[in-house]
Amino acid sequence: MSKQRIIPDPVTGPDTRQYWQAANEGTLLIGNCTACARTYFYPRPHCPHCFSDKVELIPAKGGGTVYSFSILRRVEVPYCLAYVTLDEGPSMMTNIVECDLHRIRIGDRVRLVFHASAGGQAVPMFTPTGHD
Amino acid sequence: MTSRAYISGIYEHPTRKADDKSLAQLHAEVARGALADAGLTMADVDAYYCAGDVAGWDMPGTGPFSMIDYLGLNIRHLDTTESWGSSYINHVSAAADAIAAGRCQVALITLAGRPRAEGAATGTAPRARGFSAAEAQFELPYGPVVTNLYGLSAMRHMHEFGTTSEQLAWIKVAASHHAQHNPHAMLRDVVTVEDVVNSPMIADPLHRMDCCVVSDGGGALIVVSPEVARTLNKPMVAIRGSGYSPQTTQGGWIDLTKSGAVISGPRAFAEAGVAPADIKYASIYDSFTITVLIQLEDLGFCAKGEGGRFVSDGRLIAGQGGLPVNTDGGGLCNNHPSNRGGMTKVIEAVRQLRRQAHPKVQVDNCDLALVHGTGGALAGRHGSATLILERE
Ligand SMILES: [Zn+2]
Repeated sequence: MSKQRIIPDPVTGPDTRQYWQAANEGTLLIGNCTACARTYFYPRPHCPHCFSDKVELIPAKGGGTVYSFSILRRVEVPYCLAYVTLDEGPSMMTNIVECDLHRIRIGDRVRLVFHASAGGQAVPMFTPTGHD
Repeated sequence: MTSRAYISGIYEHPTRKADDKSLAQLHAEVARGALADAGLTMADVDAYYCAGDVAGWDMPGTGPFSMIDYLGLNIRHLDTTESWGSSYINHVSAAADAIAAGRCQVALITLAGRPRAEGAATGTAPRARGFSAAEAQFELPYGPVVTNLYGLSAMRHMHEFGTTSEQLAWIKVAASHHAQHNPHAMLRDVVTVEDVVNSPMIADPLHRMDCCVVSDGGGALIVVSPEVARTLNKPMVAIRGSGYSPQTTQGGWIDLTKSGAVISGPRAFAEAGVAPADIKYASIYDSFTITVLIQLEDLGFCAKGEGGRFVSDGRLIAGQGGLPVNTDGGGLCNNHPSNRGGMTKVIEAVRQLRRQAHPKVQVDNCDLALVHGTGGALAGRHGSATLILERE
């Protein structure tokens, strides 16, 4: 078993409990504005596009594509930082995991997985679907 | 044509590793140097500009007052606007505004830092940052650091426009050609494209030689009113145009191939009434090679996506190419004090306009220069500051 990177715990707030609780139950929530009908990430109690407070959290289906990535090599356990563009539209910062990091390419299809942080919080990450 | 303000004093600290000096002391030394250059004294200073590198910033809200107290300043105007490495470029513009508004006549701007002496893991460890930032919980678990954030921008630019590592390498090659003539530069060896692409990968696709140096030291500027400038025995370096703009992640609808320069650049050019083709010399923030390439595109020196071809074949090398950039060796080879490159960018542009650059890199008839900096992460949130300076 290769050494695993320790995932720092997210420092959550009163306005994001639902997001992190859903993550622990296997769901990724994103922001959706019912005023301007646009999605956004990260979730917050207003829309960053139009500043309406008529917003809701909706579950992402879990599919996306790699927008960009960078493998940090000069650390004990190299890892892949990425932006994944969700099928719902917005991109989110994440890690690409459970694969050969050096085969990752922009445009790769990925699916949602969860990895536990140091303190046990489920953190949404992605793994390529086309690599085998 | 009289400008609203002039840069009459510059100083770059010669040290690159300050084990035996305190942070506050470095600020005082660069202030002394810039005042001596201008022919002024501390008693003439009536405004002070500083940012997050000031000694005492870790005491929220009171650091600048500690600095002013330490320096012995008696001032009537203060600006502590913090926008990381772009702060000092923005400070020049803000000082010009304050002078035009009659708030002050002689503004001192200082930068100093000692990350080497303090042994900071600049590129591969998270910067000290507040967990109160709204995005922190959605980003910090994934390990964003400086090098991989800039790697994200470079990787996307390569994907969209076919930019290559060899093209990025030309930016470092140009910096090294300039640094060989700078006795204070940290890295003075001339390097080749092959050297850069064969240097160790740090954060894909950025190699070690795509990354700037980490250095101690600092610099200072003196910005003065036209009345004061005319009394000083210095070339008249006028502030002709400026722009400042933040870039955000747009609720996740990101474009990592552009920077805030798409707004700050055109604003500065419009105010100055000039175009990119008029610029004889440019100081472009070079935290990484990709930083230069994206900013050159966004400032209009070439079309979006053409940056790779633009920087190739020595175009940025003084005496060889059409647009000499960072003739002091830049952050890539000379100096990046306190991990903040904006100050040294202004200083080298003023040297060029005064015809005080090293003779091997001095641009002929250099009467118009551009300075541009990015403070923060190119991939995500940052401030972009542009200045256009003219020798009268
Ligand atoms: Zn909206």
